[in-house]
Amino acid sequence: MNILELQNLKKYYATQKAVDDISFAIPESTIFGLLGPNGAGKTTLLRMITGIFYPDSGNIIFEGKKFDPANDISRIGYMPEERGLYKKMKIGEQALYLAMLKGLSRHDAMRKIKEWFVKFEMESWWNKKVDDLSKGMSQKLQFVTTVLHEPRLLILDEPFSGLDPVNSNLIKDEIYKLAKMGTTIIFSTHRMEQVEEICDKIILVNKGKKILDGSVKQVKQDCKENIFKVGFNILPEPFENNVFEIVKTNNNYLTVKIHEGYNPAAVLKEFLDHQASIISFNEILPSLNDIFIKKVEDTKLARQFENV
Amino acid sequence: MNKIWLVIKREYLTRVRNRTFILSTILLPLVFIGFIFASAYLSIKSVEKQKIAVSDENGIFKNSFQSDKVITYEFPSDVNSNNFTAKGYTAYLSIPKDYQSKRDSVALISNKQLGIEAEEKVKDQINNAIRNKAFLENNIDKKVLDSINDIDEESLYKFSPVIKQGDKTAESNSGLSYAIGYGSGILIYLTLFIYGAAVMRGVMEEKMNRIAEVIISSVKPFQLMLGKILGIAAVGLTQLLIWLVLIVGLSTLASAFISHDTIMQAQNLNTSMNAGGNSAAMKFLIAKNTFVGGANWSLIIPCFLFYFLGGYLFYASLFAAVGSVVNEDPQEAQSLMLPITMPIILSFIIMSTAVGKPDAPISVWGSIIPLSSPIVMMARIPSGNVPAWQILVSMLSLVVGFILTTMLAAKIYRTGILLYGKKVTFKEMGKWLFRKS
Repeated sequence: MNILELQNLKKYYATQKAVDDISFAIPESTIFGLLGPNGAGKTTLLRMITGIFYPDSGNIIFEGKKFDPANDISRIGYMPEERGLYKKMKIGEQALYLAMLKGLSRHDAMRKIKEWFVKFEMESWWNKKVDDLSKGMSQKLQFVTTVLHEPRLLILDEPFSGLDPVNSNLIKDEIYKLAKMGTTIIFSTHRMEQVEEICDKIILVNKGKKILDGSVKQVKQDCKENIFKVGFNILPEPFENNVFEIVKTNNNYLTVKIHEGYNPAAVLKEFLDHQASIISFNEILPSLNDIFIKKVEDTKLARQFENV
Repeated sequence: MNKIWLVIKREYLTRVRNRTFILSTILLPLVFIGFIFASAYLSIKSVEKQKIAVSDENGIFKNSFQSDKVITYEFPSDVNSNNFTAKGYTAYLSIPKDYQSKRDSVALISNKQLGIEAEEKVKDQINNAIRNKAFLENNIDKKVLDSINDIDEESLYKFSPVIKQGDKTAESNSGLSYAIGYGSGILIYLTLFIYGAAVMRGVMEEKMNRIAEVIISSVKPFQLMLGKILGIAAVGLTQLLIWLVLIVGLSTLASAFISHDTIMQAQNLNTSMNAGGNSAAMKFLIAKNTFVGGANWSLIIPCFLFYFLGGYLFYASLFAAVGSVVNEDPQEAQSLMLPITMPIILSFIIMSTAVGKPDAPISVWGSIIPLSSPIVMMARIPSGNVPAWQILVSMLSLVVGFILTTMLAAKIYRTGILLYGKKVTFKEMGKWLFRKS
């Protein structure tokens, strides 16, 4: 079942089509990557999903019913990109306040905060103020306050910014655990290596429109450019052929691009015909980073101001 | 509703627990009292003794001029406008032989200004001398004249203005109602700024700490704004209450220290005026009695609370809207605040007229239009002759006014609070006002 479905969502500002007819669906307990360059409309999209903005037109279906912000936001956790905490408030009280705003009772909130504080080794922080925390520490606290109420849908906008690798991993592990327990996670970022590592499905938006949608594997297959890496004991002498061209030459391997109409077997045959000592043959799939750059460059990168 | 309550509680508790709240609550009245005492002390202390040399060519002023505690007049013959300082005089008064018209100038020469008060006193002396001379010239006996001059009119009667409206009569005490009107006007004026600015700073803090969006994913922007405004209102009321308790408590405590006899005497004040014994305590009790008895407190206190709250609610949401559109630059806040501070300052100016002329058209209108009514109406009410319908209309329009400003401000707030790194113009804010959600 899809936990969230967006149907023809539109949100226009005075000078921009921030979100221009975007539709997609997120199956339950997947980790979903929302990608796009700066100003693509990601934040606007997320703000509509979290009930902060109303769409100009289109539908949001949450857990099979029309999205009703007043009731449904208690089952959504949102960590925005522009995030922070009250600097002068005690950390324990702050976590309690944010949890109760999400609808938890005082008692439940206390219990859950204690669990998380133990898990993240934050017990000694209770009476400290956010002012006393380092940036990484406050990011950890921010994450805890976002997931305290055990949301069904967790939306994380650039969750690792400002975290060192150790704390990054700590939070990454928690994200995996939450996903395993059935939480759906929307992960918005432009750090492609993280997406590749974490996400099951992605969509790519640019200039308010969706330009890619699918599982990470599928997207890579769809965008592959028939490039193979061939390893040799000794590099063969170059020779003329119609089947492939050499993109890159290294010490003991060649990167080749197969021309249209030929298959990998034809490449192998050509090399074998020239008595080359092949020891390996792999397809190279494009990285998400490459796909991202290519797709985004296809459309004009910078948004222009337009009349709507 | 539950969420607004949570927001109110947080806003209230974080502020009340703050050390600055406790300090300002205790220090502000102390500073206020200190200020009053200091200015009273300075005005006594700053009176300099002055010795004025008078050149009296007619010889008629010598007999008439009377030195007092501050100004001493002397009539030396060898002093002129060039050497009076060398001879130890602060000023030199030269009266020409003839003084028949405006052209004949009586010159008071000094190195520095003597001050309005001293100048008036000198003029009085001259005028008295002229009048006395006229009396004498018309064959009025010197003894008779002196005895007439010695009459202390103030001690012969008690002046009691009474206001009569229909069957009701009330003793009017202009001085007291002036003081109460002015005092409550200033108090509301100050609190509008203090608590309004607190709302604005609170909103700016949320925006700059980037917590606004986090909170708004749990509560509606309107709930967050209203929660903050009401929370700070509760802080303001707490502060007022503490002050009230302090004032009542301290004056009761002071009364308790005054002996029973003096209290009895004070109660018999109207029958016997000879207050013996502890005169400072007597004065205190008299002051307290006039203060408590001389004004219609059962009207003034509820009205004060209403206009305090109403005025705050009217302006607080506007301050919140300004706070929401400000980016990092505090300078920006200054210029954006101008349209809000202008009417408040204008109300203050109208208020200073209204305490003196509570029935002037500007006072009446100023006390009905909600932009200025919280400050101006409080200046009129202590006078005791504001028609009930005016108070009613004023209160009603203030309620409608603050509902309206809150609704409009919420529209700006909702957009502004999520907008980063962009300078917002008034034109844009105007557009936000008319945009649907």
